[in-house]
Order: sequence, then structure tokens, then C-alpha cells
Amino acid sequence: MALDSKIPQGPLADKWTNYKNEINLVNPANKRLIDVIVVGTGLAGGSAAATLAELGYNVKAFCFQDSPRRAHSIAAQGGINAAKNYQGDGDSTYRLFYDTVKGGDYRSREANVYRLAEVSANIIDQCVAQGVPFARDYGGLLDNRSFGGVLVSRTFYAKGQTGQQLLLGAYSAMNRQIGRGKIKMYNRHEMLDIVKVDGKARGIITRNLITGEIERHSAHAVVLGTGGYGNVFYLSTNAMGSNVTAAWKAHKRGAYFANPCYTQIHPTCIPVSGDHQSKLTLMSESLRNDGRIWVPAKKEDAIAIREGRLKPTEIKEEDRDYYLERRYPAFGNLVPRDVASRAAKERCDAGFGVNKTGEAVYLDFASAIQRYGKEQAYVRHLDANDAALVKKLGQEVVKTKYGNLFQMYEKIVDQDPYNTPMMIYPAVHYTMGGLWVDYNLQTSVEGLYAIGEANFSDHGANRLGASALMQGLADGYFVLPYTIGHYLSNDIRTGPISTDSKEFEEAEQNVRKQVGALINNNGSKPVDYFHKKLGKIMWNKCGMSRNATDLTEAIEEISALRKEFYNEVRVPGGEDEYNEELAKALRVADFLELGELFAKDALTRNESCGGHFREESVELDGPQKGEALRDDENFTFVSAWEYKGEPKDAVLHKEELIYENIELKQRSYK
Amino acid sequence: MKLTLKIWRQKNAQAKGQMVTYPIDGIDGDMSFLEMMDVLNNELINKGEEPVVFDHDCREGICGSCSMFINGEAHGPDRLVTTCQLHMRKFKDGDTITIEPWRAAGFPVIKDLMVDRSSFDRIQHAGGFISINTSGNTQDANAIPIEKIDADAAFDAATCIGCGACVASCKNSSAMLFVSAKVSQFALLPQGQVEATDRVLNMVKQMDEEGFGNCTNTGACEVECPKGISLENIARMNREYLAASLKG
Repeated sequence: MALDSKIPQGPLADKWTNYKNEINLVNPANKRLIDVIVVGTGLAGGSAAATLAELGYNVKAFCFQDSPRRAHSIAAQGGINAAKNYQGDGDSTYRLFYDTVKGGDYRSREANVYRLAEVSANIIDQCVAQGVPFARDYGGLLDNRSFGGVLVSRTFYAKGQTGQQLLLGAYSAMNRQIGRGKIKMYNRHEMLDIVKVDGKARGIITRNLITGEIERHSAHAVVLGTGGYGNVFYLSTNAMGSNVTAAWKAHKRGAYFANPCYTQIHPTCIPVSGDHQSKLTLMSESLRNDGRIWVPAKKEDAIAIREGRLKPTEIKEEDRDYYLERRYPAFGNLVPRDVASRAAKERCDAGFGVNKTGEAVYLDFASAIQRYGKEQAYVRHLDANDAALVKKLGQEVVKTKYGNLFQMYEKIVDQDPYNTPMMIYPAVHYTMGGLWVDYNLQTSVEGLYAIGEANFSDHGANRLGASALMQGLADGYFVLPYTIGHYLSNDIRTGPISTDSKEFEEAEQNVRKQVGALINNNGSKPVDYFHKKLGKIMWNKCGMSRNATDLTEAIEEISALRKEFYNEVRVPGGEDEYNEELAKALRVADFLELGELFAKDALTRNESCGGHFREESVELDGPQKGEALRDDENFTFVSAWEYKGEPKDAVLHKEELIYENIELKQRSYK
Repeated sequence: MKLTLKIWRQKNAQAKGQMVTYPIDGIDGDMSFLEMMDVLNNELINKGEEPVVFDHDCREGICGSCSMFINGEAHGPDRLVTTCQLHMRKFKDGDTITIEPWRAAGFPVIKDLMVDRSSFDRIQHAGGFISINTSGNTQDANAIPIEKIDADAAFDAATCIGCGACVASCKNSSAMLFVSAKVSQFALLPQGQVEATDRVLNMVKQMDEEGFGNCTNTGACEVECPKGISLENIARMNREYLAASLKG
């Protein structure tokens, strides 16, 4: 099948408006005859379910958590971007579009990104109308802050809990529709297969996690808002339950998987403390507004710190290496995430890392505390030369800005970040890759849609901070409800979809077979053993820095691990009850396939772009020496993989990326 | 660290549960409480026994899934944290730790330490929203300025994670702190005024139907709340309720 992105004709700025004017609509009476399934209730799924129900469709929504409010969008901290230009600092739809394409290292689709920037302002209006309590200034108007990789303040926020507030907004919109009976909510249900009838997605098979019941659900269209697959690395900032299963089952039923190797490794996370570690905790990017990142300039100091003989506060200013400020004077500590992460790894690999493990760098607030303290002393007419007073005043300011993050750090690490620098290290955070979708957000399976992090379309090879929330809500509130209507206008005479067909029977048996095989396996090793092992392979060979030898090995090792999994995994308990080990086994089975495709994709893309860094593709000389080198001539395309049985047999389809409005340039932050 | 764990085990909602004792060794102070439970569960699996079931997901204190009653306190001995953020350094070598599920009529046990909190969702369905449809034509977000002090107070109320610690800590199993947090968020904002009367009446009615008890102002909920939701919200909800009842 040829890839048709279905981008509307016409000038960039008019595409979405023209598209909306030309699509077919479904009249209100007919909407009542149409069912839509939405899987996942995060920002994308939740907002889509609520909006589709408001329009009059019958929505069935599914989540694996005990309530839609617990989807992992809840954990997003820093903020949401929107081109409102409330600060009058020169922001516009075009600038947000431009920053996003550049930040994504010129590997995203122009038309989709422009539409995202265009609807971004509507999101803020909608959320405020719902009662989302964004931060405000003393005049009562909305406040903004700045994020990495941009030169304007366009980020709206609610302290360090923006994701929570936005998700609770979408949840409240869902609740209104659940109360009216327009959304039927299925909590603690996991989607385990897609059902296709005559080539169209017409339903799903789910497992009720409490009773173990395998259920059939039909609809006229299926929407996946099931998030990213960062947990393929085992350790990530994702929730424990975040998984690729829904997207992977869709892939197995014909949906192409795009750019699986594009992973965002976030520079500021709390470092791993030991083998017991089950997940990693992010420290918001907003901290880089005031924190300075450094490591000891002398190797012997780094060693002394690792051995506990020296404290960071004892290292003199001239013996510190503020390596981001040194390497990137223009953007300094606010370079984009991929650049900051690689720079931290470079220093630690060179032997300058701190923490017991040598895998951490410092994020230091001492100079911000000084700066704010002095300012406060002047404002309050106090003695600006009193060091203790200045420190106290400065700490108070830092506390009002980042108090909840500092508290979180202190609880986890047991150190006081007001008095000693934080230790941070990069960790897997977000996946830009996902199911391939066209301009309508439809996958390569008719009637199957993917929204939010589950699709691939808007962030290219690297996502900018505060853009994930924007994309999830844009897709769910403002894009999908239009595009899916156009598709469903052909279904007004179809009538209810029966679940008694042979297709539903086949899909259900497929699920039962898989569940039965795992339960009766009688192996000797718990699921976590395999998941951790997969994570190690991914982190060491498909992580921040990749090369052909490692990737080739990773493909072999993951394939072997998958075989071992099916022979050796032990799943205790039964299938007709709550069984977390069974749920985990089903998810890890899919990660073991995805991981291999991930490595294959990374091997195929022999260029460095965004979060994907190939050691074979770096600038060899000039001012950019050592920086990532893109290969536009050979790789300006989306890799969309078609499932053919084993991941190693997947077939590559290329969607050429055409830039009509932006000139491709070296992404310099020097 | 060497510890003795006494854990509530209950096969399903119908079965009778009991406390079961498990010794555990090799626990590091840097582990979170749930990572300690992971160690126990992997030991149980290796012995061919069934692991202990508990709710958990984000493990960073925001999703509200985890819900353990540890040594008689919701989310354990530390303040302003959920169980997933509680670290083992808060315990000593040789300690005995008692772990139970939330206990309340509104939260029936599903299995072991996992309870059914769908009653909280149903209370939200009854009125925890502002009736505004999605459109690209909603008025501009800055059209209604909101005083910072009100916006901040609304935010503080809105940070409730819906974990249920308030109910578990209350001798009456009252859900007043949870319900009042949502009522307060909207009561403090101009957007919430239009439906204020129906909202508070309907949410309180649903709360009562779900079997939650009444508030007798002991304040245990506020002490144990991992997000520091204030009792002021209950007072505000009582005022809203009185005003709504007089109107209705």
C-alpha cells in the first residue's frame, strides 16, 4: 500500500480551514446511530471521548486504571504551549509552528504541525472555560513561563502540576457525559486486539482485569489514545502500567508503525539508586530556567566525590565545568532536551560523573539563590551584604517557584537541594514515534485512529517541552472530532455492528490462546526478569548514543530473549481473577517485539537527528565538531513499518517529507 | 534491613480475609515502600505463591492509585506523601509493619490491598464539572480576570488526587474532604457559579448514597492527606450547601 498522507492542497495557513469547510458532516440525529470506541483516557483519549459524546456519538471508553483520572498525562509537570502572544513578545502561530519543526530536527510533517499551532490558542480558552486553574498574575490574567529551545514565553502552567489540572479538566468533561449516559466507561479493562471487518476497524477485544473476562466490543470506528512505549526500556518516567500493547496489536492488524527509534531521553531526572529501582522520576525542565548544570573539572575531584571523600559544595568555582554554558553559549542551560542529555552522557562517560555510580551531574541552584536573595534584600531595603540573610531570602523565592519539585527530590534522595546541588541524569521520558497516521489522524487501517503520544506525527525526532500536552488536547478536542466525522458520514446507514461475526470470533480466540499459553507456561522466571533484561539491552545499545554494531547485536539479543521468555516465564495465579503478573506478561510480550523493531529502525536510519544519535554521523570539523549530523539528502522521510510476522521481517515504507515553508538548516544552539 | 510484614490477604470481594506474616530481608533505605513490596512479590512468585495485590501506577505521587494503610496510617508515617513516595529509610531494622487496605463501606475490597473506589467517580459524575461544550469559539481565556488569591485557592483545592486517604483516615468514613475539594475549586471561580446550586446538592446526595459517613470535624483527613487539602474546603462546602438548600 502506498502511503498517502492526505494533506489538503492550498497554502499552509489555509489548509485546515479549507479542509473543515469541505468535509462531510453527520447530522445530529444520525450521530445517535453511530458508536465510537476510545481506548485510553489521558489528555488525548479523554478529550476525544468527551467531545465525541458532546457531538452526539455513542462513546465507549476504556482504560486499564481504576479511573480515567489516573492516566499518566496526570504526571506532566511543566506546562502547555499555546501561541496566544499574551506577553507581546513576538509569538505567533507561525513561530510556534517553526519552533516545533526546528526542535523536531526537521523530521515532522509541516501541515500537521501548523494545524497544531493553529488550534493551540483554542485549547487554553477551552480549559479555562472548564475551570482549569492556571497560574495567574496579580492583575488576574494568565501567567506564562519559558521552556527549552524557544525564545518566547508561551507556556501556560499550574505550578508543577499542569498535566494533572488539564487531565482533571478532560475528566470532568467526560464525567458530564458519563452522567448523561453518552459515554459508557469501562475502567480496569485492557485492550488486547483490534477487530477488522471487511478491512475496517469495527471493534476491540478486551480483558476485564478484575474478573479476567474476555469481552467483545463493536463500534463504527476505533480511536487509540494509548500513549507511548517508553517502558520498553523498563526504567522510564512512564507509569508502571504504561504499555505498547494497544498500538502493537493495531500494528499486527495492519497499522504501520512509524519511527519507532525516536525516543526522548529527558536530561533532568533523579538518577538510578540501585537494582531495586522500579521507575524514574522527572524533575521538570522548568528547573533549567534557574539551575546551572556542572560536573567537577578535575577527574580526581569526581573520583573523590564518588567515594564520599569530597562534597560538591567544597569544590571551588574555578574547578567546576559548567559544560552546557561552555559548549552552547547562546542557549546555555536551556538547550533542547536531546542536546542536554547527550552532553551529560559525554561528561559521565569521560569519567567526570558524580553519585556513587558515576552516572549523575549536578543541577545547582546556589547562584539563583544568591541572585534572588540579593534582589529581595534590595526590594525590602535590607542588608544585601549579609550572606546568611541573602541565602535565606533567595531560598524563599526558589521555594515559591519550585517548592513541590524540591520536596519530591528530598523525599526520594534524602538530600536537601536548597543547600547542596541536585543530582540528575537523563532518563527515557517520551516516544515521538508511534502509529503512522495521515492528516486525518487515521492509521493505515481504515476506521482506526491514533491520537496523542500514540501517533507519530507532530514532534519529528525530538519534542519540545510543554508540547505533549498541547498535542494530546489538540488531537482530542479540536482535530479528531472533525476528521472522524468525515469518515463516519459513510456509516449512517450501516446500523449496529454485530459482535457475532467470524472476525470477532477469530480475534477473541486469538486472545484466549495467548492468555492460556502464558498462564500454563510453568516456567521458572518472573515477568520482571525479562522486562529488566530487555530494558538493559535497550538502554545500553539503543539509548542515547547508537552504532551499527550495537544495534545489530541488540536485534539478535532481543530476538533470543523473546524465545527465552516464551519458554521460561512463570505467571502464577489464574486467568479468571485479578492477576497483575498476567497483565504484565501480556505487555512485556509486546515490548519484546517492539524492541526489536525499534533497533531495526535505528539501524536503518544511518543519520543523527533529534533524539536519535548515530555515532557514525557526526560533524567532523568546524565550529560544530562533535555535534549530530543530519543527512537530509538520504533521510528526509518517515519510516513506516509494515508487520510481516517477525519484527525482523517488517517492511519499510517511506513517506517523503516535503518542506514548502521552512528551509532545512543545521540545528545550532551554539 | 530485616523486617516483619503483616499483610491483609483476601482472595476476592466475597472471601474472608486475614492477616498473613512475611519475614523479609535485604531491604535498602533508598527503596520506596512499593519497591519493597516488589521484592516481596518476586520472592513469593519464586516460591510458587501468589503475589500481594495492590494498586499502583505512576509511582511519583500524582495518579492517586496507591492506597495502603500502613501501621494504622493512610500512606504510612511520613507526611504529605503517597505510599509510592514513602521510603524505607523511615523504618528501622527489625521493625514490624502492618499493611491493610482502605477500610470503608464506600470502598469494598477487590483483592488483598486493592479496593474499589468507583464511588468517587460516581460522585464526580453527579456534578464535578462545568457544562461547557468543546468549540473553537469559547471566549478568550483572558476575558474574565480572576483574582490571584482565588485562582491559587482554587488550584490548591484542585490538587486532590482522589486516592481516598481522607475516607480511610476518618472514623466515620466520611468523603467530605474529597467532595469539598471539587466543590471548592468551582465555587472559587466565576466559571463555576452558574451551576453552583445543583452541583453541591447533587454531589452531596451521591456521596450519601455511596455509604460515606458524615463529618464530625476531627481533622484526621487533613493530617493524612498526601496533598495537604485543607479543612477550609469542608467549611466552604457546608456554606455552599446551606445556601443551595435555602435556594432549592
